[in-house]
Amino acid sequence: MKKYLSFFQLRFAMGLQYRTAALAGIITQFAWGGMQVMMYRAFYHTDAAAFPMTLSATASYIWLQQAFLAFFAVWMMENEIFDSIVNGNIAYELCRPVSIYNMWAARSIASRLARAVLRCFPILIVAAFIPQPYGIGTPASLLHFLLFVLSLILGLAVTVTFCLLIYVLAFFTISPQGLRMVFTSCVEFFSGAVIPLPFFPDKIRSIMDLLPFASMQNTALRIYSASIGTDEIRRAIGLQVFWLVVLTAAGKLLCRLAEKRIIVQGG
Amino acid sequence: MKTIRLYLHYISINIRCMMQYKTSFLLSAIGQFLVSFNVFLGIFFMFQRFSNVEGFTYSEVLLCFSVVLLEFALAEMVARGFDTFSGMVRSGEFDRILVRPQNEILQVLGSKFELTRIGRILQAVVMFTYGIVKSNVVWSLSKICTLLFMLIGGTVVFTALFFIYAALCFFTLEGLEFMNVFTDGAREFGKYPLGIYGKKMLLFMTFVIPYALIQYYPLLYILDRRTSIFYMLLPLAACWFFVPALLLWKFGVRCYQSSGS
Repeated sequence: MKKYLSFFQLRFAMGLQYRTAALAGIITQFAWGGMQVMMYRAFYHTDAAAFPMTLSATASYIWLQQAFLAFFAVWMMENEIFDSIVNGNIAYELCRPVSIYNMWAARSIASRLARAVLRCFPILIVAAFIPQPYGIGTPASLLHFLLFVLSLILGLAVTVTFCLLIYVLAFFTISPQGLRMVFTSCVEFFSGAVIPLPFFPDKIRSIMDLLPFASMQNTALRIYSASIGTDEIRRAIGLQVFWLVVLTAAGKLLCRLAEKRIIVQGG
Repeated sequence: MKTIRLYLHYISINIRCMMQYKTSFLLSAIGQFLVSFNVFLGIFFMFQRFSNVEGFTYSEVLLCFSVVLLEFALAEMVARGFDTFSGMVRSGEFDRILVRPQNEILQVLGSKFELTRIGRILQAVVMFTYGIVKSNVVWSLSKICTLLFMLIGGTVVFTALFFIYAALCFFTLEGLEFMNVFTDGAREFGKYPLGIYGKKMLLFMTFVIPYALIQYYPLLYILDRRTSIFYMLLPLAACWFFVPALLLWKFGVRCYQSSGS
């Protein structure tokens, strides 16, 4: 456990170094969030009755999504890991007395956390000062806020375990590019990064809610502004735990399989 | 004439180079296709719920989205070399370009011709066809001209933005991520007619960066919301944007100090 903790610390400290990049990211995400709020405002003006949640809940959803982008953006995968698989450096890591699955997990969580820590506060603070209903609202209640934090952490864990699955799959395909693109766009669509899940037609949504992708950002962001009922919250958090266990198990199993038949590329 | 021949030669080299990695090429093209397909699905499902947005129906938004997508895809295919220009400055590759007896813009343009973007172009063309078929526009000669002007103006404006992005690298030595707001952001949010984002935003997009000239106003003409011939010519007027972009580039080249590596 101690060694993984130091992997985590190392990576976290490294992630905090990229401050200029973070500033540029903040500006970009801010503009992006602002445009998105204006877009939903236009739809709200046109037909408020067809809106699946309140406008202020939608705005909160968008700002939180931008603030915690680093938690949930599947396209922010660790290039180093893919590179090490492609160029064969992975051999060094396999010699070490550590499980590569756990090591990768520690690294991924650390770098996502570091990015989010640098970026989330400025976005949240500024968004809090934007007049209602376009800014970020206060959480529905203290309980909702606590559940939001819990669900946020679970969501991060689900996202990371999903990415780990892709890293492991790269052992089998060697060239990770196509794998990555296909998975990334699927996740974007099904997790609610393109449009929030409540905006989908009910029939499709009831299926999408069950998929692991809904357990990434969707659950936490909707709990915050209580656009999801109490019973549903219980079920959604249960589902997050379920997918976390399944994805971890699948990842570990595949990893063991890959380690057995691994062919290290020359380099 | 000689310049064009040289440019075509650059492209053929790039294509042959890319064809060495056929699987990778195919997968990237499919990936590109999927990425912009997501945007379309977003629009599609929004309109399952809403019948219109500020008076624009699904088929009208689709036309708007497909035109912007095609404009962007065309500009990107041509001017992609400018997008990765920061790497060229940092590695000192640009020094080599400067000592050659050819126009530097041509060389940068030729340095990278993204054939993988063919996925996006292909999708843009499919969407464009779908958008035109779906739209209930009665096409007249003037409307077809407007559409052509939109494509020309849009490609020029997006290319100009890539130019500016590259020119700024002379001063910062690295790519500025926030410029993505103006290129990728414009593609992303240009899927809806720009009027829906509010008055102030529309003013900004008319007079500062002329997105509205290539998208919103001519669209109003095509959709019979406006009848003045003035709206038809606005996309061509948007080409003025290329002038400051080119000046900035020239200024950048004059100020260029090698990064030393």
